[in-house]
Amino acid sequence: MEMLKQEEIKMSQESQTNVMMMENDQDQRTAFRGLEAKNLHAWFGKHHVLSDISLRFPERTVTGLIGPSGCGKSTFIRLLNRMHEFIPSAAMAGQVLQNGEDIYATDVDAAAVRLKIGMVFQKPNPFPAMNIRENVLSGIKLAHLKVADHDSIVENCLTRAGLWKEVKDRLNATGGSLSGGQQQRLCIARSLAVEPSVLLMDEPCSALDPGSTLRIEETIKELAEKIAVVIVTHNMQQAARVSDFCAFFLTDDGPGYLVEADATKKLFTNPSDTRTADYVQGKFG
Amino acid sequence: MSAVVIETNTAVPQPTTPWKQTRRNQIVSASTVAASVVIAVVIVLLTGLAGVDGWALTFLIVSLLVTAARAFKVDAKVRKEMFVSVAIFGTAALAFTPWMSIFASVVMKGARGFQPNFFVGDMRTTIPDDELNLGGAGHAIVGSIMMVLNATIITLPLGILSGVYLTEVRGRLTFLVRFVVQSMSGVPSIVAGLFIYVTFVNYTNSFSGLAGSFALAILMLPTVARTAEEVLKLVPDDLRSASYALGARQWRTSLLVVLPTVRSGLTTAAILGVARVIGETAPLLLTSLSSNSYVFNPLGGPISSLPTYVFGLLQIGTENATNRAWTGALVLMLLVFALFTTARFIGGKDRR
Repeated sequence: MEMLKQEEIKMSQESQTNVMMMENDQDQRTAFRGLEAKNLHAWFGKHHVLSDISLRFPERTVTGLIGPSGCGKSTFIRLLNRMHEFIPSAAMAGQVLQNGEDIYATDVDAAAVRLKIGMVFQKPNPFPAMNIRENVLSGIKLAHLKVADHDSIVENCLTRAGLWKEVKDRLNATGGSLSGGQQQRLCIARSLAVEPSVLLMDEPCSALDPGSTLRIEETIKELAEKIAVVIVTHNMQQAARVSDFCAFFLTDDGPGYLVEADATKKLFTNPSDTRTADYVQGKFG
Repeated sequence: MSAVVIETNTAVPQPTTPWKQTRRNQIVSASTVAASVVIAVVIVLLTGLAGVDGWALTFLIVSLLVTAARAFKVDAKVRKEMFVSVAIFGTAALAFTPWMSIFASVVMKGARGFQPNFFVGDMRTTIPDDELNLGGAGHAIVGSIMMVLNATIITLPLGILSGVYLTEVRGRLTFLVRFVVQSMSGVPSIVAGLFIYVTFVNYTNSFSGLAGSFALAILMLPTVARTAEEVLKLVPDDLRSASYALGARQWRTSLLVVLPTVRSGLTTAAILGVARVIGETAPLLLTSLSSNSYVFNPLGGPISSLPTYVFGLLQIGTENATNRAWTGALVLMLLVFALFTTARFIGGKDRR
């Protein structure tokens, strides 16, 4: 209950104009700050898996994507940072705009897009050939960034990921020597080191114990003070705890589609669609 | 107080390992094996069954008999287990025997010439028939190491790059590259030698260490490339995804994430490549030939190597020449062993 109250306060602080459902905004003068999906579709081969998703992810918010398995949530967030195209048969339609610029435009460098829009995966995947410190700095090394003070980045990122206190005395240990929850927080720290403006998280807590999950949720809330976070989760309570906005995906044996997107509190207490109500109350899915 | 609570004991108990065999059982097992060995030796000595093979066979039979004797005391399940483990150990030993036999005969016959001068001397002022404390194979050892190292330096980057091409880049030519690599591994070694002979040796008008390295490189490349490919296939896609999601380009992902992850596997690839060529004789006869003295310049004319040294001396066939050849074979084996140990040490284990 306490959680929900905090949520409420935060929600009232948010400007009401940050409505997530995409309306027609051709006449908008200034570009929308944040990440925006416009009429996104996705295919694997001839299989249409995602149909007409339009969503906005404003800066300094957490957006939860919920829905049953196989409804295209993961495909959707992989479209948002161009990870979708690594699957050989993949195809897409529509636009993804970051601060008004289409990340799928022909002259855009996919690697640069992924640098700005980071991703944390379901399974913790620290680099086994690197120690904790090197793992945190790996993004800087991989993207060839020039940074002056490595030590402060390591400390800063690990602190923001809630791992600093636990590992500060063994930064030279391998990532594999950490527990699953710690590994996942290391992966979060790693994605923070390149200073993304959006962080996509694909079920980051699905393999973790409640304690680690709680730590990561706190981390997400802290992150949302600076950047936009998009989190896919199967855990309703988690979505209610961490997200400011929520989007509910569904599939009827066809491509996945967006049923409803709204402020989390409204979606959980007073959804406009009965299917959403059924899902959040655990009646199916 | 509830019934399930067990009285707490504040004293820390001694650490035990109840899953391990007790000391008494270990002693019994060890003495059984020792007894079998003694009985086998006695039988071999009395009946005149000769050699390593006869000894191993006798040991296997004696072990089975001893096990049978012990088996009377235990119940059926344990008895079955005892027989199966003796049979497995026995057959494993039997399969190991030919190798042991070769190793033993090389060591025994090579030991006679295994003297310090063998490692430093050369055959400039020594004829093969001279006493074994004169002359040596230092020039052949240096030649072998030099040619194999040069071949490795040529092959390793090429082999790893083809592995990266086949698994990471997966370009349009993947099928062709894989086909060529597979065909190359079937090329008879003398053909590789002949190829370098008509191209490089004819062109430079001289046999040389570099020509030998080229021929060996041709033979090494398919082994290294295929092993590298297999090893790279084992890298989970998770790691590649993680790297791409950090804004890395493909070549940096391969170089900084994928390759370091399989460092020990790539060391194995190099080891297998070296093992493939270090004993090659035929291609070297057509490319580096042999010499009687130290040659350090890879382009400085014919150069000796251990296989051609052994081959040359065996052709002469006199007693001391043959002895020198056996020592050459022994040193070649030890060299391989030393190279592998060094490579393992440098390559290290995967840190995962």
